[in-house]
Order: sequence, then structure tokens, then C-alpha cells
Amino acid sequence: MGERPTIITVNGLTKKFGDFTAVDKVSFSVEKGEIFAFLGPNGAGKTTTIKMLITLLAPTAGTAGIDGHDIARDPAGVRKAIGYVPQMISVDGSLTAYENLMLMAKLYDIPAAERGERVRQILEFLKLEKFADALVRTFSGGMIRKLEIGLAMTHHPRVLLLDEPTTGLDPVAKQNVWEHLLQLRDLYGTTIFFSTHNMEEAEDVSERVAVMNAGAIAAIGSVAELKAKTGDPGSTLEDAFIFFTGNSLQETGNFREIRRARRRERR
Amino acid sequence: MIDYLRQVIFKSYVIAEMEARKLVHDPTELITRAVQPILWLGIFGEALSNVRAIPTGGYTYLQFITPGILTQSVIFVAIFYGLSIIWERDMGLLQKLLVTPTPRMALVWGKMISAGLRGLCQVVIIFLFTLLLQIHLIWTPSTVLGIIVITMLGAGFFTGLSMIIASIVKTRERFMGIGQVITLPLFFASNAIYPINIMPPWLQAAAKLNPLSYMAEGLRSLLVTGNISRLPLDLLILSAATLVISVISAYMYPKVVL
Repeated sequence: MGERPTIITVNGLTKKFGDFTAVDKVSFSVEKGEIFAFLGPNGAGKTTTIKMLITLLAPTAGTAGIDGHDIARDPAGVRKAIGYVPQMISVDGSLTAYENLMLMAKLYDIPAAERGERVRQILEFLKLEKFADALVRTFSGGMIRKLEIGLAMTHHPRVLLLDEPTTGLDPVAKQNVWEHLLQLRDLYGTTIFFSTHNMEEAEDVSERVAVMNAGAIAAIGSVAELKAKTGDPGSTLEDAFIFFTGNSLQETGNFREIRRARRRERR
Repeated sequence: MIDYLRQVIFKSYVIAEMEARKLVHDPTELITRAVQPILWLGIFGEALSNVRAIPTGGYTYLQFITPGILTQSVIFVAIFYGLSIIWERDMGLLQKLLVTPTPRMALVWGKMISAGLRGLCQVVIIFLFTLLLQIHLIWTPSTVLGIIVITMLGAGFFTGLSMIIASIVKTRERFMGIGQVITLPLFFASNAIYPINIMPPWLQAAAKLNPLSYMAEGLRSLLVTGNISRLPLDLLILSAATLVISVISAYMYPKVVL
């Protein structure tokens, strides 16, 4: 761990659905400005953990805080501090890019006098100015993803949480999305927390990785540390992933998650 | 508290504005939704008007049924809103909205207002059609104001109800089934197309509990009879029902994402 202050603290976070424990006493912390990858096979509990962090799901036990706000006691504080990009499409296809951004600017209480300028800045940053007045349903998958990141950034949040941000994108779009995310981090010091099951992506961009398996954190550390732990000097992050998750890759995941993933892939 | 109320009102407006913009981008829905009330008035109403089988207190059957058809087309628009939140949940849009610092009540009221606006579009279409059929109704500035208020409240109640149903059934398929099962009985167990006093007692009891009856009664008193002695009661019941359903809905519908 470095010199930076922590911005996400998770302590013994647990979520049970009836008898099934989806997330089991998960603890970790993320530093301010860090790029943190949340790895794990389908059904490992990544999305459930994120849903608790973004205040959509109440934990069964344990606590978590973002930027000093407790997710259970002060959800309003958490909501102001975070930007969230869901796995599914979170832009409204029947509105224009401009209208989508304006909606967020209003919902995040950006003063009326600043809204227009803020939206213009974001469109310029995303290089989508030319498409400002086009209906989003005409956009490509990569453009939609970029716009979604723009929406989540409207209020300059301290922490950006992304649930599988590049699933279903082609390599060029994927790279483009990450260029923008890294730029955001450099501009505003935004902490980026993202889930993925793409090893290369985690290895390329993240400073630290947590591997989640069957509801618990199986390993946490830098990519180099995780590789070292496998005991094989030539191992890749993929090897480390399989080492920590015990070969469970692709064997789990429920119907709904798979349907969602497929739906994205189609675009 | 005042701050919270200001937030709720502003954000309700923001959500309603967004919905209105969608309608401006693609108004085809307004046209397709006009078909049903036109069929009810133009075919069902005309046919029964000739039979004279239903006692309508000295008014023509077409006069009697117009407020009922207005009520019906407004609530059919509103009942569709539950489907739209399931759709938005499936898309990921709803999760996104719930993560913004927007009071839950504002998300509910925003939807209610936008259903009301669509309902008012139906009012305009039906108004034009009654001119065409030469159905004599009372159109004055004060009845129009009354119609706007009743339409917004009625649309609000049924939007809230449909959001609650959506948060219980959670899938589009089940919602479609339940929607069918609920809308027609609500419509028939009301005074929309026949007066309450010709119903069997058990149905009369149901009709008196049905907010749809009060909506139709309010509209009928303004548009047809001009006797507004029961209008305050109608408005009171509709307002109270809408308020109660807003509170339940604001509590229930964030659960649709779970």
C-alpha cells in the first residue's frame, strides 16, 4: 500500500439471499486515485458487492464506506461521491446525447448556470460534440460506453465504479474507453474501481487486483504479487486467476447474468 | 424538510421533462393509443346509443360514456408505466437513476406527471373526436381546468399502482399477464360505461371502492351533467388515494432492481 489515503473501505461485507451467501465477509480497501480491478468468474459475487457499494442493495452484515460516507447510514452522501456505470445500458436511447447529459447534470444538482458548460466540456472530452443532438439509439457500442462514462462523470465524482465496462466492445473501442478513463484519473484524481473477467484488461490498466471467488476475496495485490504467489515465475495473470479460483472459470453464472452478457456481445 | 420538498419538486419536474422529450422525439405512441378510445366511442358507444338499453338519466349514451372512455384511456396509459420501469430495469437505466442523489418520491412523481401529460394528450384526441361525432359536452375554461386536475390525479394513482405491481412481479411477461387481469376488471367494476345503480350489489360495492369510478364520476359531472355537488368528494378521494399510493410506490419500486 502506498502513501495515498484510502477512499473505499470495506469491512466484513456480507450479503445473503435466503440460504445462499452471495458475498461472504469481504474486506478490502482502495486508495484515492487508484485503479482497482475486481476480478472473478461469473457468479463470484462481484456485481452483488458493487450493488452494495453503490447503495442499491443493503448488506446483511458488515460495513463499507466511500469517501467517508457509510453506505448504510449515509447513502445520500455516497451517491454524491460516486459515479456508476452499470454492466447494462444506462443511457436512454430515445433521448439525444445532450439530453442524457443534461438530465444527469440536473439530477446531480449542478447549478443551472454551469450545466450547459459542463455538458459541452464532457461532449468535447468524449469527442462526441458532433453527435450531441443525435438520438443515442443510433450510436455504436463504443460511443454508448463513452457516453455512459460521461454521464457518470457529470458531477466530477471522487470514485467511479464500473461493472464490466468493456464487455462486448471491439479492441479499438476498448482502448478508446480506457484512454478516456485514464485521462479522467489524471485530470481529477478520480479513483477507478472496475469489475472484469478480462485478464489482459486488468493487467494493462490496474494498479491492484482483487480476485473474488465463490463470494469471498481469494487474493488481493498488484498483478506482480499475485503472479508471484502462484509459485511459478513464468505464470500469467490468467494462470494466477485459475490458481486462486480453482479452475472454476466459466462453470458458474446464472441465466440472467449470461443473458445480460450475451445481450451486450450482440452490439 | 423544506430542502427535501424542494428537491422532490425540482427532480419530479426533471424526470417528467425527460419523459416529455421522449414523446416529442417519437410521438407515434400518441397516435396508436388514440385508436382504442376512438373504437369505444365510435363503435361501442354508437351501437349502444341506438339500443337505449342503459338508463343514463336523460343524457344520450354517447354523452354518458365519453367521460368513461376518457377515464379508461388515461388509466390504460398509466398502467403501462409499470412496464416501462421493468424495461428500464432490464436496460440498466433505472439502476443509474437510483444511484443519483434523487429522492425516490421524485422518481415516482416524475413518472406520474408524465403519465398525466400523456393522459392529457388523450383528452385532446377524444375532445376532437367528440366534435366529429357531435357529442354535446360542456367545454368551458373551468371544466377544462377540472379535467386537467382529475386526469393528472387519476393517471398518478394508476401509475403508482402499476409501479407497485412491477416491483412485485419483476418481469415483463408476468406484468403483461397481471396488467390484463387488473385493467379490465377495474374498468368493468366502475361507472365508466354504465351507471353504478344498475349493477348487482356485490359489483356496486366493488365499484365504490374503485378510484376509477370517482375519476369517471368527476369527469362526468364536469362534462355532462354540470352538477358538481360530488366533485369535492371525488377530488378528495383521488388526491388521498394518489398520495397513499405514491408513498407505497416510492418505498416499493427501488426493489425492482434486486
